Amino acid sequence: MKPLLSIEDLHVEFRGRRATARVLEGVSYDVRPGETVCVVGESGCGKTVSALSILGILPVPPARITQGRVRFQDLDLLDLDEEALQEVRGNRISMVFQEPMTSLNPVFTIGDQIREAIQVHKKISDEEARDRCVSLLHDVGIASPRDRLRDYPHQLSGGQRQRVMIAMALSCGPELLIADEPTTALDVTIQVQILKLFQEIQQQKGLSLLYITHDLGVVAQIADRIFVMYAGVITEQGSARAIFHEPRHPYTKGLLSSLPARARRGSPLYSVPGAVPDPAHKPEGCPFHPRCPIAENACRKTFPELCDWGDGHLSRCPVLFKKPDKDG
Amino acid sequence: MVSFIGRSVVQKTVTLFFVSVLSFLIIHLAPGEPSQVDPLNPKFTPEMVERFRKAFHLDEPLHAQYLYFYRNLLSGDLASWKDNRPVLAKIWERFLNSLPLFIVGTLITWTLSFPVGIRSAIRRGGIYDRSSTFLAYLLISIPGFFFAYILIILVVTRFHVPVIGMETFGMADATLPRMLMDRVWHLLLPSILGATGGIAILSRYVRSQMLEVEGQDYVRTARAKGLPEEQVHYRHALRNALLPFVTMFGLILPGLIGGSVIIESIFSWPGMGRMAYEAILARDYPVILTVNFLSAVLVLAGTFISDLLYMVVDPRIRL
Amino acid sequence: MTEPHKPTLTPSADALEQAPSAPRQGRVQEAWERLSENRLALVGLAVFVVFFVVAVAGLLLTSGTEPVLDPAQIRLQEKLRPPMSSPLAEALTPEEAPDLGIFLMGTDDLGRDVFARMLQGAWVSLTVGFVAVGISVLIGIFMGGVAGYFGDRSLRRDQVAAAILFLIGGGLLASGLTGAGWVLMGAGLFYLVLMAPWLGRRFLTKRRHPTGASGLLLGRALSMDTLIMRFVDIMLCFPSFFLILTVVALLPASIYNIMIVIGLTSWMGAARFVRAEFLSLREQDFVTAARALGVSDWRIIFRHMIPNAVAPVLVSATIGIATAILTEAGLSFLGFGVPPPHATWGNILSDGKRFIFDAPWLTFIPGTAILIVVLSFNLFGEGLRDALNPKLRER
Repeated sequence: MKPLLSIEDLHVEFRGRRATARVLEGVSYDVRPGETVCVVGESGCGKTVSALSILGILPVPPARITQGRVRFQDLDLLDLDEEALQEVRGNRISMVFQEPMTSLNPVFTIGDQIREAIQVHKKISDEEARDRCVSLLHDVGIASPRDRLRDYPHQLSGGQRQRVMIAMALSCGPELLIADEPTTALDVTIQVQILKLFQEIQQQKGLSLLYITHDLGVVAQIADRIFVMYAGVITEQGSARAIFHEPRHPYTKGLLSSLPARARRGSPLYSVPGAVPDPAHKPEGCPFHPRCPIAENACRKTFPELCDWGDGHLSRCPVLFKKPDKDG
Repeated sequence: MVSFIGRSVVQKTVTLFFVSVLSFLIIHLAPGEPSQVDPLNPKFTPEMVERFRKAFHLDEPLHAQYLYFYRNLLSGDLASWKDNRPVLAKIWERFLNSLPLFIVGTLITWTLSFPVGIRSAIRRGGIYDRSSTFLAYLLISIPGFFFAYILIILVVTRFHVPVIGMETFGMADATLPRMLMDRVWHLLLPSILGATGGIAILSRYVRSQMLEVEGQDYVRTARAKGLPEEQVHYRHALRNALLPFVTMFGLILPGLIGGSVIIESIFSWPGMGRMAYEAILARDYPVILTVNFLSAVLVLAGTFISDLLYMVVDPRIRL
Repeated sequence: MTEPHKPTLTPSADALEQAPSAPRQGRVQEAWERLSENRLALVGLAVFVVFFVVAVAGLLLTSGTEPVLDPAQIRLQEKLRPPMSSPLAEALTPEEAPDLGIFLMGTDDLGRDVFARMLQGAWVSLTVGFVAVGISVLIGIFMGGVAGYFGDRSLRRDQVAAAILFLIGGGLLASGLTGAGWVLMGAGLFYLVLMAPWLGRRFLTKRRHPTGASGLLLGRALSMDTLIMRFVDIMLCFPSFFLILTVVALLPASIYNIMIVIGLTSWMGAARFVRAEFLSLREQDFVTAARALGVSDWRIIFRHMIPNAVAPVLVSATIGIATAILTEAGLSFLGFGVPPPHATWGNILSDGKRFIFDAPWLTFIPGTAILIVVLSFNLFGEGLRDALNPKLRER
């Protein structure tokens, strides 16, 4: 199936005062129509940067896209000029951000902000737009939606604000919804609700969902396919089943072992030792090798290519690929 | 809202009271007798000095003097020691002279600062930003009187236009358009001078506010919604960046009484600043204290208005 | 389902060691690095150093009874000579002859060497700037610190009443009713020092809120924060230049008065900054932790909070020096500066204004000098602000 969105070999660097940080080094992932793709990784691995690049809202003076393509349907988003991109943003591809508390403009009512999102793309009257807002708010589970239209963001709780953000994102019926850690800043109980909301929306509207997160628990619930990212590089990708049941990269294995559900009672919880490298000072060879339990000499020198394990399951660990299929 | 106004008024009145006491003390603790106003004047015989002292209660204890003074002030009876005219009348007259300077200066300042500051912020680091930044620093750093002389030399030698005073001598008989033009020419230079410092500071502040707002998450959301850049900057960012300036608007009020002593001296403009200066030289206590008092009233009123405006404009503050 | 992995997945210790990590830096070093990338700020700093050297040299060269360069030597036959010109008259006494052979910056209307006067004036500008700002910063840090840290401690009603009594007594004393004045002051002081603490220990415990009669008399009056901030508000009601002018005009003219007055009237900004920093720092966990460990208040303030609060104060101090220099120049211009014949840049300019068309150098030289010095301070101050403020960093 032809993908709806595909990022190909994206390289993004950030010019700092002393060094240049190579935040993304050849990242490629794609989303097919109607599926949920999760991009997983620790903070700082570049997943948000990849999402911002899709919509072209990276802060461009410090950031630079040096290579790569972002294909959406038949468009190459990186080639589009600003006006054409504005057509796409909020309309065909929408994004929901991580911090609901600060993502809404405090001086406008939420009704105004959602209406704005609609009216910039569709020519409908204020009256119609307002009705649409009410039904959107209803869809995302906000009580007494018509009254809420006149509220200001500070009058809503975090969970409600995130719902408003989602409503805004859905307002023009996008084909792709990007969600960048939408529940990280919320209470756990609210997280569950919002997650459910995403699932419902995805099913009802049939849109594609690109969900970025560091929480494997969430990934287990909603992902069709998973891309694992580390230090600006995709280290493993495959179907959700494949990744969870047969991880083929030491990093993925490490992540999975750190899940409390996987721990054995009485023994200490596992965590991957070491820390994520500074994007400006990445190690040579495989970026994970300093923390890798099975690193070999070659890992320190050569940057590993993706190895195909079949059925769309790829991983960037030649060491595991060489070994016969042992302890998964 | 009502309770806020009530509390505010009470607080400000208390502050005003303390200001009045403090300024009174500062003046009277200075060495030297006020009746030394004109020691060389042969008309000031010792008897007259005595009468002078009695008439102005200068022989009574300080707190009594304080009460007399403020009673007279508030009832409008206060008279200047220099020429015996009612203080309020004198102030009013000079105020009318200072007013056009103030209005024009403030208009120039506020209408120029915003576009410059906003544009600098949007095109941060560009040539416009860097040159306006440098110009702003230059204007803040140049001593006012020096800059005044440079401008005077320029204007007088190039344009042959008279700039000193409020109007050219003998213009009163001229036709209305010519008289107006003359007034405008005389008004222009001092207003510009008064405005330059203000523009420099205000535009920098606008720029930094705008920069701070541009970095906020909701600006990113606006862009992600597909809004065109002008809407992102001028509707979403600007509206938030302008919040503190609406409140600053109320603080312009004290500038009414301020008037720049230096500018008025250079241009021989008979305004409030010069009157205050002359009063200080002459140790004309009633005038000095009245000006001080009025200035304090304006500052407090200005702060009060700012607080009110802030409440109106920012939906997050509803007292 | 694979078995849970045993924690044998640890990589070798040296692999971790060799992993490159970002270089670590102290905070001061980091700030210095950021500052040094701002070329304008460095230029400002350089100019300041030059200015400092010139001022000190100027002081040494022009003071004393036999100065190397004499700023007070009047030569009426050489008045209003342009810069870089040699003396016209042939018969000049040795002391009248310009020490460098030519009048480097010309002469003024009394034939005095402008170069020597500029050197003399440099020192004045320097000291006025630094001392005035020093005073204002000290006061500001003190006021702001107390308001910020001890802000929620309140003064008791009886303490406030006794203080008012004391002040009224002082007032009466000043206005001549010495008898009553001393009595009231004495009573107030006695109460504050002896009675109030005893009463406090006797009737109040720290935890329970006082009620009943003791509540009425010994209850909370107002907080330290309110008190200090109201005082700041009062000071802000005075138009600053006007106030300085008033005080300077009424007091005998001297450089010390000017410095002290400027210092006493410009501390409010620093106080606000320090208070804001302290208020936010106080809520931080490291302060609570220190308190829980029993660290005394003063130690917390000096060791932990002041170093953090220094940044905005430093910035406002550098810009304050610039403002103080401009203020002094303005005062001199109006005739209220340092008394003649001592030269300051402001009064050289002021003397020169009468000859603005005939001898423009008398205005341009001091004016440009002031401009350069003040500009460099402003640039340096702004550079410092950008270097110390991580939020506004140029990315």
